[in-house]
Amino acid sequence: MELGDILLSVAIMLGKSLLMLVALLIFIAYALLADRKVWAAVQLRRGPNVVGPWGLFQSFADLLKFVFKEPVIPAPANKGMFLLAPLLTCTLALASWAVIPLNAGWAIANINVGILYIFAISSLGVYGIIMGGWASNSKYPFLGALRSAAQMVSYEVSIGFVIVTVLMCAGTLNLSKIVEAQDSSLGILGWYWLPLFPMFVVFFISAMAETNRPPFDLPEAESELVAGYMVEYSSTPYLLFMLGEYVAIMTMCALGTVMFLGGWLSPIPFAPFTWVPGVIWFVVKASFLFFLMAMAKAMVPRYRYDQLMRLGWKVFLPLSLAMVIIVAAVLMATGRAPGMH
Amino acid sequence: MTVTAAFFYLFATITIASGFMVIASRNPVQSVLFLILAFVNAAGLFLMMGAEFLAMILIIVYVGAVAVLFLFVVMMLDVDFAELRQGFLQYLPIGGLIGVVFLLELILVIGAYVIDPGLVRSPMVPIPSPTVMTNTEALGQVLYTRYFFFFQAAGLILLVAMIGAIVLTLRERVGVKRQDIAKQNARTPETAVEVRKVPFRQGI
Repeated sequence: MELGDILLSVAIMLGKSLLMLVALLIFIAYALLADRKVWAAVQLRRGPNVVGPWGLFQSFADLLKFVFKEPVIPAPANKGMFLLAPLLTCTLALASWAVIPLNAGWAIANINVGILYIFAISSLGVYGIIMGGWASNSKYPFLGALRSAAQMVSYEVSIGFVIVTVLMCAGTLNLSKIVEAQDSSLGILGWYWLPLFPMFVVFFISAMAETNRPPFDLPEAESELVAGYMVEYSSTPYLLFMLGEYVAIMTMCALGTVMFLGGWLSPIPFAPFTWVPGVIWFVVKASFLFFLMAMAKAMVPRYRYDQLMRLGWKVFLPLSLAMVIIVAAVLMATGRAPGMH
Repeated sequence: MTVTAAFFYLFATITIASGFMVIASRNPVQSVLFLILAFVNAAGLFLMMGAEFLAMILIIVYVGAVAVLFLFVVMMLDVDFAELRQGFLQYLPIGGLIGVVFLLELILVIGAYVIDPGLVRSPMVPIPSPTVMTNTEALGQVLYTRYFFFFQAAGLILLVAMIGAIVLTLRERVGVKRQDIAKQNARTPETAVEVRKVPFRQGI
């Protein structure tokens, strides 16, 4: 390959990544606003409504406020790690969007082990929180970090099993091919949410626990730990933590869309609906999952820590293990297992 | 090719340097973090060899689970590691000796290692090209056929280790109040609530 070709392909890759990043961040800004609006509507409040028409610029105002504030670093904190932790959280959360296929062939990196890549990256997310909690050198952040480590490791197990069942049905680890495997003449009824409905529920709840989303926001439970691992953070580092958290939530919504809701496929598989670009269907489905999470935040009270652990280890783990065996048995018995024909 | 070589040397250098920092670092938490850096770069090396499945599993298992527990334990420890390092020079000769013996053994083993000739280029089981079969599929097909019993035995050993660890740490404490969720859920207003008439100025 010529040097020019290499430079050109690098430039194209950078351009794609930048485009994805900007689109994602703008989407996150409005998802955050939607989250607050839904929360407010459930509680019969108006929510943010001052900045811009209907409060549409609220997230950008928040961004500016965070960036222009003074970052305070506590004297006993381990400075390098204190600043590295939010950076790590945010970078890792954004990195998983490299493999998510927004439309047929629209993934930046269409790799064979895409789903494992997302799983690996989301399992690294815990480091930002542990490092932040430890580097703050203070009690509440440390307790929050410990809680978070235990919680995220526990729920990763059940997410892993959910992914295994989907993989057994699709027969591939490539995210685009998982979506293509759900393409059938049945449309919405052919997607995996219907045959794997229990796993869809387990995935949805585990995704909330994995991303420290209410009702599982024990690491930052403000009624007992002030704000958990974020207590000592202010200004841009705090912004990066929050941003990383919301990006991780959107990643989980996108993963749920790909695995259970047929990605970019149209729910009704004939003419006027299939003309709609796939990316619109993808965004609608991911937003729907995000709306469900926002409703859960507004309606469900926070779990107690022992209840959280019980749910993860005593309910979800046996349930998902049993489902792995059942799905495998059904696939073998009906001869639908990929690679059998 | 030069790009590949550049990335190889980048990953390899960082792996070795962070491996060194694991033992050289003063702070045990930093040691664990350098260990994680070494794992991640080793995963990068795997990726360059085309072993994408191994790379991801390395990150998921070692970085995502094992190292988290390491970090967990090290952060909870309140050991003065400067004190532990006091006798460093005193133990250097014997530690160095063990290191040299281990290195020699490794060189001998790796030097004498040949891939089973029955596996390489066997006309019956040709090694599939990466364009035909993905890494994960190829691994699965070997693991669940040729090495099925080894695979199962490894799983059993892990199970036994897990049960052993649970048995060692399990202790029955008396006088601890525990919640029985089934019992709590089975409560009804009839068994839990009692309506009494309280006489005025007397109490119950």
